[in-house]
Amino acid sequence: MIQNPTLKSTMKAWLYILPMMLIIFTFNLYPIVKSFAMSFYTDYNFYDDVVLAYGLGNFTTILQDSDFYLAIKNTFIFVLGVVPISIALSLGIALLLNQIKFLSGFFRTVYFLPFVTSTVAISLVWNWLYHRNYGLMNYFLGWFGIEPIHWITDPDYSMLALVIMAVWKGLGFNIILFLVGLNNIDETYYKAAKVDGATGFNRFWNITLPLLGPTLFLVSVLGVINSFKVFDEVYALFQAKPGPAKSTLTIVYYLYEKFYTEYQYGIAAAAGVVLFVIILAVTLIQFAYNKKFVHY
Amino acid sequence: MQVRFEDVTMSYGDKKVLEHIDFTFPAHSLVSILGPSGCGKSTTLMLISGLMFPTEGRIFFGEREVTKLDAVKRKVGMVFQNYALYPHLSVLDNIMFPLKMAKMPKNERRERAMELVKLVRIEEHIDKKPRQLSGGQQQRVAIARALAKEPSILLMDEPLSNLDARLRLEMREEIRRIQQKTNITTVFVTHDQEEALSLSDHVMVLDKGAIQQMSTPTVLYERPENLFVAEFLGKPAINTLPFDPNGRIRRLMNIPQPYAGEIQSVGIRPESLAVTDRTEETLFQGEITHLERVGRDVTAKILHGETELVATGLPAVLEEGQTVNLTTETSDLLYFDQSGRAVYWPASKVSGGSAGA
Repeated sequence: MIQNPTLKSTMKAWLYILPMMLIIFTFNLYPIVKSFAMSFYTDYNFYDDVVLAYGLGNFTTILQDSDFYLAIKNTFIFVLGVVPISIALSLGIALLLNQIKFLSGFFRTVYFLPFVTSTVAISLVWNWLYHRNYGLMNYFLGWFGIEPIHWITDPDYSMLALVIMAVWKGLGFNIILFLVGLNNIDETYYKAAKVDGATGFNRFWNITLPLLGPTLFLVSVLGVINSFKVFDEVYALFQAKPGPAKSTLTIVYYLYEKFYTEYQYGIAAAAGVVLFVIILAVTLIQFAYNKKFVHY
Repeated sequence: MQVRFEDVTMSYGDKKVLEHIDFTFPAHSLVSILGPSGCGKSTTLMLISGLMFPTEGRIFFGEREVTKLDAVKRKVGMVFQNYALYPHLSVLDNIMFPLKMAKMPKNERRERAMELVKLVRIEEHIDKKPRQLSGGQQQRVAIARALAKEPSILLMDEPLSNLDARLRLEMREEIRRIQQKTNITTVFVTHDQEEALSLSDHVMVLDKGAIQQMSTPTVLYERPENLFVAEFLGKPAINTLPFDPNGRIRRLMNIPQPYAGEIQSVGIRPESLAVTDRTEETLFQGEITHLERVGRDVTAKILHGETELVATGLPAVLEEGQTVNLTTETSDLLYFDQSGRAVYWPASKVSGGSAGA
């Protein structure tokens, strides 16, 4: 049923789109524009919604705030820790799951569970796992003669604790994506590679990895974006604190503190804009690199 | 290199795909495995390649037993039905891949690949990715890749089935040329009889997991060992009629006992039927019900009693509705017993002497 567009049919089409447009405009577009605008409010009355002055003051303030730099540094450490480890682990697990027929559905569900569980619940459980006296982590480490680590309270280990939990939480989602990617690789490539004399590792390196390129790219972009926005994990794991001695203060946590505890809306918005710029830049770099990554 | 199967059986669960297969493919020859789909021909190829292992029996390359070796170790060359070119590698890299796996130094790899590129005539495409190539070009690359590591055996799994008719003819000749130039033992799987008959030194016909016949194409066509082979080969298909022990064929062809008692059906190729005006050598009489002319070829359908005969060698002057007398050379008649096995090979001519050949 292909019709030539008429004024009437075009209007009708717009009518269909209208409800979704309203939702997107109200809850996506307007807040984005508003928060951009808000980052330029230097004097603002929140209750009356009256802006008394505009300017770049918010940006100069955060760029002079050592906490903000700390937040950026911590966020980068978090991203660089979580994304590669998560990709490597989930790819490994996906490869294993792809090999077994028996119980693979069961394992897939098990790995996916953390993804659908609330972050707060997960953080509470991990809080227990990390407990310095009764936690399982220290119990296991004790087997190897390692002294109990104060995961949650030692600034040297809190970031590691956060990274481990975030990796664990993200595994399921990445595994599912990798399984889809692996399934999309035609079995005959492996047959051809076997006939061509490629051993198991060579097949993985020369066939699986390059043909998984698009999936690897997707997983890494999603992983980077999500990791840059880390907040709930910090909030719940460290009981509404940015870790001991601000050791897990992330950009979004910084933003949250400015907004909800210090009521500095303009500064919070400015931090949001900086985060947006960072994510945009990193993603653009990834897309540029994509040409090398995805071979076809 | 010679390929030999000894009592090979292959089953998937309860289903037996190949049952007690024995054969020897002579070295340096081009052998086709021909059969309808599901006959086990691709399985046979997979067993040779080492991508599958037989349930029972042994496989030899020359004198070496390879039954337990997997594909990585057997080192045969293989062209897949969909070519299976690595989509992320250029044509040259595809051809060099087996050499890279064999840890050949880079410059030697390139040199060898360039030789192959020349052999299969794709010089101008070496830097392209497979998806930028046409079907025929992909086919050439696949052959080059299969030949790269200088295997002693080349396997091809229905390599022409994804090509259009014209290209298929071209590639058929190419495969023959390349095989003759490299003198490599080639096993070619196909369901297309024309391909098998025109291309190969030997044809092995498979059906229901058993070898029906293995011989040269000419013998296969002229002296099929059973009814399946006779009916499977030839386009249009062979005419088969029930054999009447007291009928005209028996009398005219002078079939002696005990053959006359065993024979259940008679087969005549459409092209060996000829019109005659001598009643004493007439085997069949019937009305032409349908006449089809394509260029110089005439295909006629003749109703003889209850059976419809197809004849392709008749003169072009005939018309529909006309009644004709048909005969054939004694040696062109094929006789089959109850189990479909061919019996009685006559050598002499029809008793009248000068059947209209």
